[in-house]
Amino acid sequence: MSEPSKPQGRKFQLPEHLKVYQNVWVIVEQERGIVHSVSLELLGEARKLADKLGVEVGAVVLGAESPDLNRICGDAISYGADIVYKVTDPALTDYRTDPYCRVMTDVVNTHKPEIVLLGATTLGRDLAGAIATTLATGLTADCTELDIYADNRSLAATRPTFGGTLLCTIQTLAYRPQMATVRPRVMAMPERDDARTGRVIEIQPDLREEDIVTKVLNFIADREQNEAQLAFADIIVSAGKGLGKVENMKLVFDLAKVLGAEVGVTRPLVQAGWAGNDRQVGQTGKTVRPKLYIAAGISGAIQHRVGMEKSDLILAINTDPNATIFDFAHLGLVGDALKILPALTDAFGRRLSVNRMAG
Amino acid sequence: MVEKFDAIVIGAGPSGNAATYTLAKQGLKVLQLERGEYPGAKNVQGGIMYAHELEKIIPDFRDDCPTERHIIEQRVWLLGDDNYVGTNYRSEAFNSDKPNRYTIIRANIDKWWGEQIRKVGGLQICETTVTELIRDASGKVIGVRTDREGGEIHADVVIMADGVNALLAKRAGLQDEAAPENVALAVKEILFIDPELIQQRFGIKEDEGVVIEIMGKVTKGMVGTAFLYTNKESLTIGIGCLISDFKNGDCPPYRMLEELKKHPVIRPLIEGAEMKEYAAHMIPEGGYKAIPQLYGDGWMVVGDAAHFNNAAHREGSNLAMASGRMAAETVLELKAAGKGFTASNLAAYKKKLDDSFIMKDLKKYRELPGIMHGNKQFFGAYPDEITAAAHNWFTVDSVDKKTKEKAIMKAFVKRRSVMGLVGDAIKLVRAVR
Amino acid sequence: MHIVVCIKQVPDSAQIRIHPVTNTIMRQGVPAIINPFDLFSLEEALRLKDKVGARVTVLTMGPPMAETSLRKALSLGADDAVLLTDRKFAGSDTLATSYALTSAIQKLAEEDPVDIVFCGKQTVDGDTAQVGPGIATRLGFEQLTYITKIEDLDIASKEIVVQRRSEGGVQVLKTKLPCMITMLEGTNTIRFGKMDDLFRAARYELKTWSRDFTGAEEGRVGLKGSPTVVSKVFVPKPRAEKAKMIVADADTPDAMAAAAIDAIFAAQPKLAGDLLARAAAGL
Repeated sequence: MSEPSKPQGRKFQLPEHLKVYQNVWVIVEQERGIVHSVSLELLGEARKLADKLGVEVGAVVLGAESPDLNRICGDAISYGADIVYKVTDPALTDYRTDPYCRVMTDVVNTHKPEIVLLGATTLGRDLAGAIATTLATGLTADCTELDIYADNRSLAATRPTFGGTLLCTIQTLAYRPQMATVRPRVMAMPERDDARTGRVIEIQPDLREEDIVTKVLNFIADREQNEAQLAFADIIVSAGKGLGKVENMKLVFDLAKVLGAEVGVTRPLVQAGWAGNDRQVGQTGKTVRPKLYIAAGISGAIQHRVGMEKSDLILAINTDPNATIFDFAHLGLVGDALKILPALTDAFGRRLSVNRMAG
Repeated sequence: MVEKFDAIVIGAGPSGNAATYTLAKQGLKVLQLERGEYPGAKNVQGGIMYAHELEKIIPDFRDDCPTERHIIEQRVWLLGDDNYVGTNYRSEAFNSDKPNRYTIIRANIDKWWGEQIRKVGGLQICETTVTELIRDASGKVIGVRTDREGGEIHADVVIMADGVNALLAKRAGLQDEAAPENVALAVKEILFIDPELIQQRFGIKEDEGVVIEIMGKVTKGMVGTAFLYTNKESLTIGIGCLISDFKNGDCPPYRMLEELKKHPVIRPLIEGAEMKEYAAHMIPEGGYKAIPQLYGDGWMVVGDAAHFNNAAHREGSNLAMASGRMAAETVLELKAAGKGFTASNLAAYKKKLDDSFIMKDLKKYRELPGIMHGNKQFFGAYPDEITAAAHNWFTVDSVDKKTKEKAIMKAFVKRRSVMGLVGDAIKLVRAVR
Repeated sequence: MHIVVCIKQVPDSAQIRIHPVTNTIMRQGVPAIINPFDLFSLEEALRLKDKVGARVTVLTMGPPMAETSLRKALSLGADDAVLLTDRKFAGSDTLATSYALTSAIQKLAEEDPVDIVFCGKQTVDGDTAQVGPGIATRLGFEQLTYITKIEDLDIASKEIVVQRRSEGGVQVLKTKLPCMITMLEGTNTIRFGKMDDLFRAARYELKTWSRDFTGAEEGRVGLKGSPTVVSKVFVPKPRAEKAKMIVADADTPDAMAAAAIDAIFAAQPKLAGDLLARAAAGL
């Protein structure tokens, strides 16, 4: 296994006209007044990059004027922004590619940030792909690690490739800004600091609704649906092929119920039809970062690993003491998950109910 | 509208490829149907290709055929529990301009075959399974039906090259189910390894290859053999036994392969390699006596589907290619003579087979499968005794050689009576005479 | 109506391995397939063709061997296929790739105006999800990514209504052609081609286009036209410490469960508090 060396990117000097590009930006993703947690994670990451570069952190908040939007601007500062670009227009109420792309292209061209970060979400990846094209610059998708090449201040964006079997570090040459989308839940959530101060720059673009072809007819929120909410779960109990047959999924759901946890699965289980792909954890599924991740009967293939290895605490249960998952789990239990899962369900149930009686 | 071809070939293995290519090259309108996702998707072969037969079909195949290494050394090992006795034959003569045997990786070869067939105008269609033969009122085969919408296709003659299972012939009532003692199940792995290591461990140069054929204790007394082949950047290791023995025994094939890989004389050769591919395959081992009806009105059967496999010499793909070529030549000759593809005219195919090495060799060894099957001592007791004998003989311990000879003979007789030994020898001699 | 479906031939990622010695991707023997995400878009295009009538052209940029993927798409029912291939394209990143593909789509549009471009949501080898938006932006098409359903398409008014997956729910969008659509995986199942289409695909004379032919500028494709470079490729490093193995008093599931819970709470004392608080609140 090769140890990743310290980033040694392509050596080149930035042309003068690109040196005016400064500051690290985060495009804050909000949908109907709710900020996506990845935007806050990115503010923390942008802070680290900006400190290395000796520049400021900018947060771009787009939407229609509203109290929610003002609250979000304040939050952005509390989580690490020095400047908030508050871009308001009724046409920005809901995300649509065309007006968002037009506005962001203008804002970037006017204020010239050297780095622009977005969450690797459906919004972030849709918007990033469009504005990287209008700006004709480099964009690295779905990053898991960001750093700065010290010798020429360029961004070292690391991402998994080939299904997570390899990592590669990508650098943008003499083009600015340097753009990257970052996987949710990969970067640590920064501490909120309400004492932080920053300035807000108000921008009112000249958008006319009649120029925008795409209209939003309706929005069906997931909260009203029955989708698994893996990405935000504090505890996840996950199942792999080791469970043997689909009937045994019940054991996982039983334990999850006692813990108030969500149930996750590996890719083969989704392919076998044991669970929907909203429950898949891994490279082609969700990246999760719960406080506790219980992996039952999961061997630890790289494809699964990249989706869960940043969990605070991983407990792996597997009959094979040589299973790969024990290489990166924190706690390991060699045994039959089919027997241990019910025992865990009972034991957790007892401990938690005892307390309720006592309390 | 139903498409009509001169000939339809079912299957894209060595026999089907040989038939399709030979027909297309002579300008016939040929359709080759393959059920796999791409040519070779369903094909598994240990991995030795014989040049002689391929040369007859594509004389200059060496120009671009993606072979692995040409074989310059053949080893035959009899394995004991932690030892082997064996013979090696290596010759500089195998390093000629036109080597005779190559190790191959089938996936690469099948892809190459596909290109050759397209070059001469053959139509190869994959992911399409033939579900039945279409016959006219007289019972003559006039085409096939596939699993696709609008799947009826007509042809003057249908050549079945659909492999050991010969599903189509069975469904059409042209063949019986193969008996379990006539089919071997082989499993193999391709292990990736640094070519430098291959060259060091086997004492060969970049393009040179070694083949090890293995018999003995690894098959747990079942009728079977194992092998280890050197490819360019990988090793192929495999083991196969008769289906009937797997049914009786309790050691599944993959475990047998694991044990082979851990055997103290094999392990050092494969150390540091990473498994890349695992495959299982059935091999027709019934020999001459298992050969089914080979032709009828409007149809012929070639290759594994016709049980053309010489178990004694580990030859299959060359018999397949030869039979495919002969079937195609029969079609070409009948067409040139303006004759129809009736059963009596297609008997010319059988005649070609009878006159060739295919039937001659299979006939020569016709008793061998039966003897092996009925006499498990060839795979259990004998390896023990032979390796013990060798150990005794080569251990320098001040015991005189005559005493050693006696002890060795005694050990054989103890496991298998004198009459038994003599009987085995006679049986074997007869079977291979 | 003219629909262009952009596809990519990729190595079957399920079968890719890293060479144990050289740490490089072993492509040898790995079958090449149509990027699985592209098949959802191709199927949707073919459904539109069945429903309202359309000419479906598949387009790919890649080496000559990508021909097999185009033929596969034809065998599923696509009408035409274009292979955009040129050594000059080698090393293109997503910006350069979307530029090159756009030049080919514009070439196609000269003959027959393009109403919808379908792209895969992302590829399984690159995983960027950037080429589709790049093409939409360059063509000035409405951009509809992560589409779960095409609710309605009115040929006369050129209006289309779609459902789009967003982070917190589903957007129902109404827009006008021309547009670029990427379909979300699992939204349909690719069909099984008809025998006639298989024959047609096998005999089809492929259109092979070079950079010169589409008029793409040399400086905007390949390495020259790519703002990004891969500066390093490496294998993920294993976590330094392996799992701490939990040892139970007895070899029973109950004893093991008890030991596991003790170990969890010892490692994460705060978690114990949270769980107990939750339980106490009767959640």
